[in-house]
Amino acid sequence: MGWVPCRIMEQPLRIVVAKPGLDGHDRGAKVVARALRDAGHEVIYTGLRRTSQQIVDAVRDEDARFLGLSSLSGAHAHLFPQVCQKLVEAGLDDVIVFGGGIIPQEDRPALHQAGIRAVFGPGTPTSEILEFIQQASVKNDSGVGQESDWYWESSA
Amino acid sequence: MSDKLQQAISGDRRVMARLLSQIENGDLLVSEVLPDNQSIEYNSWSTMAITGAPGVGKSVLVDALMNQWAGQGLRVALLAVDPSSPRTGGALLGDRVRMSSVDNPNINERVYVRSIATRSSSGSVPLIVEDMAAFLIACGWERILIETVGSGQAELRCAAVADRIVVVEGPARGDGVQAEKAGLLELADIVLVNKADLDGAERHAGELRESYALDGEDAPDVLLTSGLKGIGIEEAAVALLELPSSGRALRARMRERLLGQHERRLVLHPSYNEVLNGLCEGTFDIDEALKQLQGEENERAS
Repeated sequence: MGWVPCRIMEQPLRIVVAKPGLDGHDRGAKVVARALRDAGHEVIYTGLRRTSQQIVDAVRDEDARFLGLSSLSGAHAHLFPQVCQKLVEAGLDDVIVFGGGIIPQEDRPALHQAGIRAVFGPGTPTSEILEFIQQASVKNDSGVGQESDWYWESSA
Repeated sequence: MSDKLQQAISGDRRVMARLLSQIENGDLLVSEVLPDNQSIEYNSWSTMAITGAPGVGKSVLVDALMNQWAGQGLRVALLAVDPSSPRTGGALLGDRVRMSSVDNPNINERVYVRSIATRSSSGSVPLIVEDMAAFLIACGWERILIETVGSGQAELRCAAVADRIVVVEGPARGDGVQAEKAGLLELADIVLVNKADLDGAERHAGELRESYALDGEDAPDVLLTSGLKGIGIEEAAVALLELPSSGRALRARMRERLLGQHERRLVLHPSYNEVLNGLCEGTFDIDEALKQLQGEENERAS
């Protein structure tokens, strides 16, 4: 393997990757966490089966700029908006939230409505997630509780 | 600024977490907002480093101790350090996965956990952790635990940032000669042999005690614990809370501070990344790189 140019960023983004709810499959969350790590970000992984409140506490205490939620159990329609609501209640309205997992197209508008700026289904290239992170991080109104209609049109 | 500081001190954890990021990023100097409190305290401690090899059970043990101390009403903060990638600067910070104390609603008002990446520093603890700990103390956190990157025999940087050093060992960590080797074990104020439920823990503790016996009176205690099974945790929590400094680490502490600050100056130098790239490309050698990073620094200082 050849020399890799040093692309160490001045200040890496802090991103919490969390799994709300009861399903026990975290392969997807780990792949995303790894891709974010390899892109130079600091990823705080919370592990499986977290309550909404636990996730919000972690985002607050870790001062994360982004929150990635993963769900494969079908409970996303209930859990994701609940996390968003608690984030806003905790004054964390500028945190940027994205989600992934088995999430049917018809469920996505409601999630965008709740403040989730991207929903990635199975087969999404990790490069697309990095591109979303990059674009969202330079906007100043993409937080979960901020007034903006912007969301990422994902390919899968 | 002082408004934010006041909010953090009066218990706003969101503001406190944000200020900690500013300190970590070098945007806020602790020395400018807090009174100087660098004096070394021998009788009680504020900061305690928990160090030891990868996989000996530091995180689970720390969580068990935090459960104990927070349960008694103490406010305990943990700064958990994991390594940054030397290639990309990214990090996967996974210590929260094993933390039950932050998720226990009966005590989590008194528990704060913050994951920290080593970023550009070498060693098991970045020196900025000392400033972050000082800030947490100012915000009313009574005991600050620093969980280092899993580290081997000669990684002593934690001595630069903590009042006390706890070395966590596991069972069956090599033969009796390992216990005789110089290094980290010499600086320990106490040693916890974790995973006490497994074969070899008793024997390893015995070997360590035997080795320490040759040191005479100021030898550290060696306790058996299991963070997972809850063995020896209450005893360890009491012993650690009252732990006196062995006093053996003063010279090493100062040496680590000196070396650590020297490194930090190099790393924070504006041309650091440029010089690294130059080394990778072969445009200059190590001597020239050092000259560039130190020369300009000295000129600026003079």
